[in-house]
Parts: sequence; structure tokens; C-alpha cells
Amino acid sequence: MQYNSFNTQPTFFQKLKNFDYILLICILLLGLISALSMYSTDGGEILFHSKSHISKFLIFFTMMIFMSFLNIKFWHYFAYLFYVVVLFLLLWASLYGIKASGSQRWINLYFINLQPSELMKIAIIVCLAKYYHRIQLNKVNSFQTMFVALIILILPIILVITQPDLGTSILIALSGLVVIWLAGINIKYFIYSFIVLLISMPFAIAFLQPYQKLRILTFLNPDRDPLGAGYQIIQSKIAVGSGGLSGKGFLKGTQSYLEFLPEKHTDFIFTLFAEEHGFLGSLGLLLIYIIIIYRVLRIGAISRSYFAKLFCYGYGSAIFFYVTVNMSMVLGLLPIVGSPLPIMSYGGSSMLATMIGFAIAMSAKINNKQLIA
Amino acid sequence: MLGENFGVKKVQTINRRMFIIGAAKFVVFTGIIARLFSLQITENKKYLTLSDKNRLREWRLPPIRGEFLDYFGNIIAGNLKVYQLHVIPEEVEDFKYLMVRLKNILSISNNDFKKIIKQKNKQKSWETIIISKNLTWEQFTKVNYYLHDLVGAKPVLSVSRNYPFSENYTHVLGYVSEASEKDILNNKIIKKTHVPGLKVGKTGLEKTFENELIGTNGVQRYEVNAYGKRIRQLDHNDGLNGKTIKLTIDTEIQKLCSELLKDVAGSISVMDIYTGEIVAMQSSPSFDPNLFLFGINQDDWQLIRNNPLKPLVNKTLSGLYSPGSTFKPMVALSALENKIIDENFKVNCKGKIEMYGQTYHCWKKKGHGIVDLKSAMKQSCDTYFYEIARKLGVDRLKETSIKFGLGEKVLNETFSNEKKGLIPDTKWKKNNLGKGWVIGETLITGIGQGYTQTTPLQLCLMTAQLANGGFKIYPKIVAEDDGKTAEEIKFIMHENRKKLNNKDKRLKDAKSLLDLLNKEKHETLFKSSKNINLVRDAMFASTNEIRGTSYKSRIDNPKYQFAGKTGTSQVRRITKLDRELDLKTFEIPYNERDHALYIAFGPYKNPRYSLSIVIEHGGSGSSTAAPIAKKLFKLIIDRHELREKQSKQNDLEI
Repeated sequence: MQYNSFNTQPTFFQKLKNFDYILLICILLLGLISALSMYSTDGGEILFHSKSHISKFLIFFTMMIFMSFLNIKFWHYFAYLFYVVVLFLLLWASLYGIKASGSQRWINLYFINLQPSELMKIAIIVCLAKYYHRIQLNKVNSFQTMFVALIILILPIILVITQPDLGTSILIALSGLVVIWLAGINIKYFIYSFIVLLISMPFAIAFLQPYQKLRILTFLNPDRDPLGAGYQIIQSKIAVGSGGLSGKGFLKGTQSYLEFLPEKHTDFIFTLFAEEHGFLGSLGLLLIYIIIIYRVLRIGAISRSYFAKLFCYGYGSAIFFYVTVNMSMVLGLLPIVGSPLPIMSYGGSSMLATMIGFAIAMSAKINNKQLIA
Repeated sequence: MLGENFGVKKVQTINRRMFIIGAAKFVVFTGIIARLFSLQITENKKYLTLSDKNRLREWRLPPIRGEFLDYFGNIIAGNLKVYQLHVIPEEVEDFKYLMVRLKNILSISNNDFKKIIKQKNKQKSWETIIISKNLTWEQFTKVNYYLHDLVGAKPVLSVSRNYPFSENYTHVLGYVSEASEKDILNNKIIKKTHVPGLKVGKTGLEKTFENELIGTNGVQRYEVNAYGKRIRQLDHNDGLNGKTIKLTIDTEIQKLCSELLKDVAGSISVMDIYTGEIVAMQSSPSFDPNLFLFGINQDDWQLIRNNPLKPLVNKTLSGLYSPGSTFKPMVALSALENKIIDENFKVNCKGKIEMYGQTYHCWKKKGHGIVDLKSAMKQSCDTYFYEIARKLGVDRLKETSIKFGLGEKVLNETFSNEKKGLIPDTKWKKNNLGKGWVIGETLITGIGQGYTQTTPLQLCLMTAQLANGGFKIYPKIVAEDDGKTAEEIKFIMHENRKKLNNKDKRLKDAKSLLDLLNKEKHETLFKSSKNINLVRDAMFASTNEIRGTSYKSRIDNPKYQFAGKTGTSQVRRITKLDRELDLKTFEIPYNERDHALYIAFGPYKNPRYSLSIVIEHGGSGSSTAAPIAKKLFKLIIDRHELREKQSKQNDLEI
């Protein structure tokens, strides 16, 4: 082990200077837009959802700033612990968690109902990034390496899918897989596993919960049962489509304020936004997400340590997954699976996880010259 | 650094792979933007429509029903403002308290109270509950007085059908009541217009003219939320009121008719002999149609339904009676027209005649002696009519009777319950009873008994067409736009007669001549007007000469003087025993008493109105029915001038 003596700790002001301000501004902008959207879901009043959402954003944003000052080595050092703790919380949730709407995914921490599966979305990236940090490229494709990586990935997926929470487990899987792929696993293994997946699909469907099967059928044909399962997607498409070029105007989304939109605070917040602000507004929002993803990926590109690079590439891709899965879902391109839109959707755990991710990325930016042994 | 090479290669790999992912991301984002574009720009219109369909709901308001007016423009079926009490449970803080308070204030019965609670539990909390459909004025003021304590209760002004002359018009107008499923299914316009609580015509003209009366819905557009709750009103359109329909009936005469028929079962019809306008048409007993407006209660319904005098039957149109002696003018006319007899033809009445071993009695046991047409009609001598019927034959008798309006519906399809009656002939019996006609049946048909069945309105029309000189008229109960005045009709009739007389010289066969005239309005119903006059004179004698059957009911003042014919219609065969006993009417059980009939027209010098009166089980026509005509004619003639004046005014208005 060597310690690079050129790599001295940056001073506080250097750290401040090294902040990625564009990323910071984009996050703040997103926070502002989400606050306004939440205000709209409350029918143009500051009620429970907007209050709660704004305060969570402010708390977690501040927390993110402070955590950004932590050295990237800290994250590297505690990566496995973080993963194990979250895994334990997942197990706890499965055993003693709070049940709500047919699934058991929350832990009551008295000040917040924590959803560990959301944290796992970050923990899996951190953990796999540390795992591959030390492994040499020629060993990446060895059976032993692949096996351990797969175990790390599959354990949380099993726990989350049995909650049951298909959406989050898919996002965890995608986040983990993209990290494994970036680490250099041979493409053929992906092709193999894709074939295996296709073959096992009919068996997997047999194991799906009835409501999940229904969602897939509904996705294939939303008009099958327009008042039941297809209702959400039909109303969502109506809301987005009726927005037109410039939208119906702030607080004037009839679909949302007349309560035709389901889950407008959480998964369908983009629908409300698209209805009120139209095609142009949606493009704007998408642009902010693209800038955020680009900034995170760029931090990866300039990071000297492999851990930071892999994390940032992985996290940038994960945000891409969150955004595209959520949007495709509300636009009727994918079946409805529970997946929040980062920052925009109401939900503390998702916000917390997203902010931790940004904190690590920001820390990587501040310490981009830092090498980790 | 250990494995620097590997490290470089590792970084190269990750960067290369990141680039590939970056490219993939670009594609996916492009896909999402394309989807947004197709939804929001390309298909915007479609989704905008769908979104409006989601949020906009139209509430149709009950239409305002057209009114019925009498000939003088008085409202006989109108729309009354009623006070209702509505409660929207959502707007009530303490529903139970409110209901208990209302129960006390309005003294709602326990039964109704339970119904309201049941309804409340059945419907959504923002839907209106009608606590009372029709508050009395006292209840309304009481509710208003306590209103500060009744949060959520709303006194509302609404419109409801109202029949100001209650039972006077029941059988003409019918009544309205809440539309049943059957009503909605059978009538497209009701289906289109239907809103909960809509009242539609159930019988009478209310039913016949439903489509004209119903009007169109007003529409209120609301924005609603996903659960159907109204959020705000967007706009409001008033509907069109239903058409106002003016009848030919004179309320004053109609009222007198119902007074004269008080406590008996029977009917009166009065008709203008030129215009065919029905001036009065009353069936008794009647009932109050207002009872049906808010749903009739069981006690009232049973009372009406179980009344042995059958108030639900419109006797004027669907009551079938043997015409009795009121048929004799037809027999006489037919015999004259077919040249079987002339005015000097005489029969010796010995009180009965015998034929094929059967005895046919005259009502007068001792007989009338030698009678001619006039005296036979005057005294209603049965023997005379047996004789001329026998000579005439039933088939020719039928021809004349049908021509004068018997055996056919008088008002066509105006009333669904109108009956055709029956004028028999040999063919009819062969086809329907499968037996040959017997000469004895011709005899009893000649005095209006046997198979013959007529409605009172048919008798009235028959009388009218005799009275106007034998011309066809078209009875009507609705004042029409193209209604001709009596003078115009008289002129047409005069022209028709002239034509008949002119052609008489050239054409020998009067029948083909009649066919020629068939297509014209107010065609002549006779071959020779002399025959009509003979019959009319005989009817005059029956009322105005000594020994006439209705001599007691005559009016000497020429202004009111009328001519008529009594009739007594047997409801069962008179047995030998009956003849020996010769019981008085009140000594016979009600259901076995004869029906009393009377037909008349007047004033005799210049006739204008005809009437028919039927009193079920009233005994004899001369004692029961004819006196009613006397009272009626006074009013009818007195109101004639007013009616003429109104007729001119109606022409201007229409």
C-alpha cells in the first residue's frame, strides 16, 4: 500500500471553490419546481404535502451540503458497512416493518417512516464501486468475482421484491447491473443472462402477484378495464396530452385538481407538471435532469480514483434510470411500477437517498484529485 | 504504483463503456421526448376533448309542461308554484338533529321519515334529498321562521302540474304522474327528456299530446371532480316550455254538466253542430286528478278503484250502451231514405205484434192505435219501428247509421280509450257469431236494442249531423289553427246541397252522386233533405207536443226551444213476470235498472248545439235524462253569444 504524498487535503475554501455549482443550482431548481408542483397538488394551498415536502427538501439539501465536505475516502471506507446496514434494515422492514397498501416496506423511526429499499438504490452502487475498486481487470470476469458481485446484487433484490415492491427492485437491479457492466464484465455474460431471463420469464410471471400481472396486462392494453386497472394510465395520458404545447397553466391542471389523477404527489407528479406546463415545461424539466446526469458523469470523468469514477458513472446512470423509468411509466411506455421521480416526487426516503448520492458525487468533485489505495 | 497498467486499462474500459451507455441514454431521452411530442402536440386535441369529457357534466332540468286552456283561455291544467324542502346532507352539520327538528316542524309521519333516512343512506352525500315535495303555505312559513336553526335545509320554489277545476276535467285531460319505466321505454321523447321526478301524462289528452306538452330540458353545465361532485357551475340554458293547447270546451258548461251528474253514473256530451267543437264532455263520477301528482295514497286509490260507479272509466268515450229509442231517428231516416215509407205511412199499434210465434211488445201495453211517423216518434211507439225495421232490413239500417257516425270512433286517435261500439248487420253476425241473422233481431235492432252498442259521444255526433241538415262534420276537442267558423261551414253545407240538387236533375242514381261528394268537406249524408226535415220535425214533436215523451222537459221560449228524443235502454231481457209486476224504477235492484238516455238539439228554429245524456241505471229517459237537457240548454244558449265573440277573437289570436 502506498500513500500519495502529493495528495494533501484541500483546505475549506478550496473545497468550497471545488463545489459543482451547476449541479447545486440544478438541484435547487428541481427543489423549487417540486415545491411548486406540490403546492399545486394541494390545490393551490400550502397544506400537508407541500409543507412536508419543502421541509424535507431543505433538511436533506442542507445535510447534503455538509456531507459533501466528507472526504471521498470516508465513503470508500464505510461502503461495505453502509451496504450491510441497509441490508439489515431491509430485513428488519420485511420482518417488523409497517404494512401499507398491501406491502411491507417501511420502518417506523418515529420522526420519519424510512423505506430502506430507497437507500439500497444508493448502497448497491457504493458497495459494488468499492468491490470493483480493488479488482484488476483480468480478474473481473473470473467466476469467483462474478459470483460475489451477483450475491451482493441479488440479496437486496430478493428482499425488496418480496415486500413486494417490483419498481424499486428493478431500479436496484438496473443500478447494480450498470456498475457491473462498467467494471468490465464481458458482454457475453449479459447476453447469456438475457437469454436465461427470456426463458425463465413465463415461470417468473407465475410467481408475480396478481396485481403485478394485472399491471402488465393493463400496460399492454389500458382500455381493457378503463375504470379499474387501466384507469391510472388512461387518466395520466389524458392529463399529459391535454397539456398541449404550453400547458393549462400553473394551478389550472383540471385533471389533477379535480382528482382524476392517481398518486399525483408521488409517482405521477410528472403528469401534473406536464399538464400544467405542457410540452415546453416538460422539455425544461427533462433538460434539468439531463444537466444533473451530465454533471454527475463529468465528475466521474475527472475523478482520479476508480471508486469515485465508478460511483459517479453508476449514480449518473441510476438517475437516468429513475427519470426514464418514471417518465416512460406515466407516458404509457412501460407498465406501472412504483418508481418515484427523484426530488420531484413526494417521499422522504427517496429524497434522502438521492441527496446522499449527490453528497457522494459532490465529495468526489471536491476531492477529485484524491487517490484511494 | 502496483498494476498501473492494469489501472489504465481499467479506466479505459470504464470510459469506453460509459460512452456506450451515454449514447444509449441519448436514444432513450430522444424516445421520451418523441412520446411527449406525440401526446402533447400531435394528439393534443384528442386528449383535450377527453379531459373536458372528464370534467364537464351536464345536468338536465325538468322541462316546464305546456298548459291546457279552455275555449275562453282559462287555464284548466296549469303549472303551480310549489314550495319544496330540499336538504343536501353534505352541507348539514348534524343531520340527525336537523331531521328530528324537521320531523316536528312539518309533522312528518314515521313512515315517510324512515323513507327519507333510507334515501339518505342510499345516495351520495352531495345529492339532494327532497324532504317534502309540496309544502303547504303554513309549513313553508314555519320552516322559514325556524330557518336559523335548520342549517342545511333549503326551502325551494318549484313547478308542479295543477288542475284548478279538479274533477271537472279529469276524463278529458287525464292526469300526470311520475314517469314509469314503461313510459320511458315506449316514448322516445320522454326518454330523451327524462329527469328524475319528471311527470308525464298517464291518461286522456295529457297522454295524447305528451310530445307537444313536454317541452325541452334546461341545461346546467358543471365542472365535476373524479367522484362526480359538482365543483362549480359553468353555464345555464333555459329549456323551451311545452306547447299550450287550447280546447274547445267551455268550463262553465262543463261545470254545470258535472253538477247535473252529481251522485249518478253517466255522461253528458255537448257539440257544436257546425264546427264539430265539443263544448262539454263529462263522465261521472269523476275524481280529483290532483291526487295523483305527488303519488296517490293507498286509501284514496282504493276509494276510487273500488267505487261501484266506476270513476276510472270515461263513459263518454268508452261506455257502450244500447241506444234504445234514441236510435229511432236513424231507423226512421233510413226507412225514408230507402223509400220504404213516407210521412203518411201508418201502423196500427195494439201494444204488441207477433212474429213466428214470438211476441214483441210496445212499451205501452194498451197500444198507441194508428200512428204515422210523427206520432210514432213523438210517443216512441215500438210497434211502428218494429214494422218499418222489418221492411227496411238491418243491412240498410246499418248503412245509414254508419254514415251518421255510429259504429266508428268519433275522435279517431285522440283518446286511446275511445271505443268503436257496434252497429250489427247480417254479415257481422255470420262472421262473429257464426249464425244467420234472424228477423226478430231486426225488430229489436229497430228499437235500439239487441247487438247495437253506441258511445254517448257517437249519439251526440249523430244528433248533430241530423240537426245541421244532414252534413258531415268533424268533431274536435282541440281548437285548431284552421278552424272554420260556423258561418263558413254553413255556407259550404249550403253549396253542397245546391250541388246535390243540381246534379239530381241530371243523375238519377243518387248513390253515385254521394260517392262524388264523398271527397268533399261537409259532404251531404242524405239523398233528400226533406227526409232529414221529417225526422227533425218528429223529434221536435217528441219534446214540444202533448203526449211527446219529453214534453215535460220542454222550454217554450223559442230562444231555448229544443227538439229531442228519449231512450230507455234495457240492461237485461224483460221477462213475462216483469211485465206483470210492472215495478217502479226504485223497486228494481240498481244494476238491473234501465239506462236513461236523451239526445237533443237546439234552438229548434236555428239549431246550433246537440247533446247526448246517458244516466246509467237511471230508469226511463223521459223521467231522468230529459230534465237534465232542459237545465243544460238554458246555459248553453245563454253562453252562445260569448262563444261567438270568443271564436272571432280566437281566430285573431291563432
